[in-house]
Amino acid sequence: MAQSVQDRVIAIIAEQAVLDPGDVRMDATLEDLRVDSLGLVESIFAIEEAFDITVPFNANEPTKSEFDISSVGAIIRAVEGLVQDQKS
Amino acid sequence: MNRVVITGAGTINALAHDVPGTMEAFREGRCGISELRFRDVERLSVRIGGQIHDWAPEEAFNRQQIALYDKFTQFVLIAAKEAITQSGLSFEDPLSYDAGVVLGTAGGGVNTWDENYRTVYEEGKNRVHPFVVPKLMNNAAASHISMEFNLKGPSFTVATACASSNHAMGQAFHMIRGGMCKVMITGGSEAMLCFGGIKAWEGLRVMSRDACRPFSANRNGMVQGEGAAIFVFEEYEHAKARGADILAEVVGFAMTSDAGDIVMPSAQGAERAIAGALRDARLNPEEIGYINAHGTGTAANDKTECLAVSNAFGHHADALMISSTKSMHGHLIGGTGAVELLACIMALRDGVIAPTINYEEPDPECALDVVPNEAREAKVSAVLSNAFAFGGLNAVLALRRA
Repeated sequence: MAQSVQDRVIAIIAEQAVLDPGDVRMDATLEDLRVDSLGLVESIFAIEEAFDITVPFNANEPTKSEFDISSVGAIIRAVEGLVQDQKS
Repeated sequence: MNRVVITGAGTINALAHDVPGTMEAFREGRCGISELRFRDVERLSVRIGGQIHDWAPEEAFNRQQIALYDKFTQFVLIAAKEAITQSGLSFEDPLSYDAGVVLGTAGGGVNTWDENYRTVYEEGKNRVHPFVVPKLMNNAAASHISMEFNLKGPSFTVATACASSNHAMGQAFHMIRGGMCKVMITGGSEAMLCFGGIKAWEGLRVMSRDACRPFSANRNGMVQGEGAAIFVFEEYEHAKARGADILAEVVGFAMTSDAGDIVMPSAQGAERAIAGALRDARLNPEEIGYINAHGTGTAANDKTECLAVSNAFGHHADALMISSTKSMHGHLIGGTGAVELLACIMALRDGVIAPTINYEEPDPECALDVVPNEAREAKVSAVLSNAFAFGGLNAVLALRRA
C-alpha cells in the first residue's frame, strides 16, 4: 500500500473528527479535534483493523498506557512503532 | 399506599450458591473473581471474571429442563427456590392471581446465542435445536418462575443494562405499593461469561485484566460476573398476618435518565436518582447509614458516583459508608443490583457492612468511607442501593430495617 502510516492514521482521525485530513495538524490533541472517549476507542479499533496490530489501550488509564495519545503526531509515532514491532 | 417488605432471598453467584454463603463471603471480604474457563478463552485479552465454576446443572435439573433453560434461567430458578422456600409462601389460587414476577436481565440467553451462532457460522450447519428461541428470549426466566411456582399475575422482564435488576425491583415495589399485587418475585440474572459475551465487552476497552478495585486510585476497569439473586416482595399486612420473618422493608425508589451520553455517566443524573429515592422514602439524608454503590471500578463511574453522593448528601456524605461488592462477585450487569441488595439486607439485619476489597490507594476524587478491604460492624437503620446503566438510566432503591 502506497499510503504512509501517517496518512492512514490521519485519515482515521479525520473521519472521527469530521474534518478534512488536511485540517488535522500533527500537534493537535484529540481534545482540540473534539474526539471524545467513544471516538477514541473507535479510532483505535480502526487503527488495529487497518494495520493488523493490537494497540495496548485501556480507557480507564489512558495516560498510563504505553500507547501515547497526547497528540496526533504521538499517535502516529506509536502506530509506526507497533507496525515496526510486528514486522520484526 | 401499601407498605412493601422482603420476606425471602435467594442467590447463586461466584461467591456461593446461596444467601448464607454469599453473606459469609461478604463478611470475610472474599474474592470470587478468578480465571475464566470456557471454550476459546485463549482468544480473549480479558480472562478473569466472577464465574460460577462449580456449576453442575444436571444436579438441579433433568434433561428436558436443561434443553429449555439457558444458564440465566437456571440461575434464576435456583435463586427463586431459595427465596420462596424462605418466605414460606405457596402460591395456590387465589393468591396466585395476586402474585407475579418482574426480573431484570441485560442479555438474556447469551450462552444460547453464542453456541448457536457457532453452530451455523463456524461449523456451517444449517439446523439448530428447536428450542433456541424459547431458551434465549429475555423473558424466559420470568416465565419459568411463573410456571414453576404458579404465579398468575403480572409478569415481565426489564432490560436496562446494568440497572435492569434495580428497575425490576423498583417496579415490583410500585406494583405492591399501588395495590396491583400482594406478592412479587423479583430480582435479576445474567450469564454473559462466554466467548462472545466477553469479546463484545473487550471492544469497549473498559475491562480490567487483573482485578476489580472500585474507588482505589489504581483501579483499571470492571470485571464481569454471572449469577442471579431473587427476592420475595410482599405487602406488609399480608406478611404480618401470616407471621412471616421480614428481612427488610422497601421504602423508596427513583429512576432518572441522564439524557446525555450512551456510555459516559452523569453525576447530575445519578444525584437526582439518589435524592429522588430519599424523597420517595420520606427519609432525611442523615438517616442513611450505608449505600451499596454501583462502584464498577472504572475511572468514569467511581468518580462520578462519589461526586453524586457528595452532592446529594452534603456533609453527611462523609459520615455514611459506601462500598462496592462488585470487587468480590464482579459486575453481574443486569443481575448486579439484585446480588448487591443482599449486602443492603445484611447491613440492616445483621449490622455488618460488606467491604470494598482490593482497595489499595486512596483517590482524592473518591474521598468517601468506602469500607476498604474489611467488613465493619455498624448499626444502620436505612440504606440505598445504586445502579447506573449505560444509556444514562439510573435506578436507586431505599430500604429500611424491619
